[in-house]
Amino acid sequence: MKPNKSVGIVGYGVYIPKYRIQNTEIARVWGNDPNLVPIREKSVPGSDEDSVTIAIEIARNALKRAGIEPKDLKAVWIGTESKPYAVKPTSTIVAEAIAATPFVNAADWEFACKAGSETVQACIAYVGSGMANYALGIGVDTAQGSPSDALEYTAAAGGAGYIIGSSKESLAVIESSVSYVTDTPDFWRRQHEHYPKHGNRFTGEPSYFKHVINCSEALMDELGTNPEDYDYAIFHQPNRKFPLEVAKILGFPKEKIMDGLISPYIGNTYAGSALLGLASVLDISKEGDRIFCTSYGSGAGSDSFSIEVTDKINDRRANAPSVKSYIERREEIDYARYARYRKKIRM
Amino acid sequence: MNVPRHWREQVRRYRLLGSKCCDCEEISFPYRLVCPKCRSRKCEDYALIGKGKILSFTDINSPPQEHKYNMPYAVALIGLVEGPIITAQITDARAEELEIGMDVEMVTRKIMEYNEDGIICYGYKFRPIVKYAHP
Repeated sequence: MKPNKSVGIVGYGVYIPKYRIQNTEIARVWGNDPNLVPIREKSVPGSDEDSVTIAIEIARNALKRAGIEPKDLKAVWIGTESKPYAVKPTSTIVAEAIAATPFVNAADWEFACKAGSETVQACIAYVGSGMANYALGIGVDTAQGSPSDALEYTAAAGGAGYIIGSSKESLAVIESSVSYVTDTPDFWRRQHEHYPKHGNRFTGEPSYFKHVINCSEALMDELGTNPEDYDYAIFHQPNRKFPLEVAKILGFPKEKIMDGLISPYIGNTYAGSALLGLASVLDISKEGDRIFCTSYGSGAGSDSFSIEVTDKINDRRANAPSVKSYIERREEIDYARYARYRKKIRM
Repeated sequence: MNVPRHWREQVRRYRLLGSKCCDCEEISFPYRLVCPKCRSRKCEDYALIGKGKILSFTDINSPPQEHKYNMPYAVALIGLVEGPIITAQITDARAEELEIGMDVEMVTRKIMEYNEDGIICYGYKFRPIVKYAHP
């Protein structure tokens, strides 16, 4: 799918909270084998952080890279499944904090871990149709895993945001995108429930793999490209294993995956996951590099993007912190502090 | 819960929005209708850049109920680069990690919540500057 007007990424920003809990610490508390944990550690939001505060940091970093005024944004769209309010937009608070109000479209988007890439695709359409010069899409989460559940090892906090504008001003041009969705109940959270439920192994083959593979292949078919045409590829990363496996099935060699694979160090940031991986690649890419990116959200669906980096990346990259700098900014906490920060202890 | 009171101040707290005197250029935070230096009534909004230095700080171990989730936390007097001195909570660092003269930056964080069913109040806090280098 291509818009009428060519568009691209004018600026991007990321944020990851500084606290980390090791997977071996979670295994210790629940008596699980520390040798069988899925990742090394995951990020934990501080007691005063939530999806709103993380999105504000992301938006401010994206504006620094884009070099535009907040009032130039005509959309502030937040994709998240951890809205602080059940009813009241996250996006209006973020838009107000970055001074993009009042003549701006603000909305919260929902599609499990795909909510962030959905906002980016909507921004492509908004700018590509000529309705807006700039639009900001953010994927952010402070993901909740039920205590002792398999997801508790990976459910993390963080996100990334992209300001979409004309391709002439872009640090990376978006060549095309494709969406692929079906009704697949692999993961859900009902109203008023604190924690999600999932279909265990059902989350693999008929869910993650089916959607990521079909969406990725559809985009490459549309463009007439194959894995050899890309320098980097990013796939939604609920753990370390799934994105490596799906890359292998699609024919992307491991060396094209590793720079965007950050879940082993920060966990699965849900709506932020694929978008953070993409930012991590943009942090090191050079003019002419071609990037393939596919998100995945339970319920279920994927969005695939084909992106080409321009020379403008060199001037803008250093205007905000890199993914690596946020990964390295870390303070390890034990399960007790983690339980307190995640409000598993009620006061 | 006083929603209108919070709403009236929220933009200034989210963005660290002060005022600048149109006559003598004195910058103030919080916003002043009358310039504290020259008494002019011509003041306009002024967005502070959110950078400053810690002038003094203290450690809070017995906070009000609404701040208990954050305890212990530091509160500092911060000299902003534009001149005003403000009092703010420090986040992402405990008191033992702070020093007088340390460079800090503004972040928008959750200040307090009115229980589980009330509004969430966001506003400025400060943290030691995040240093970053690119790969």
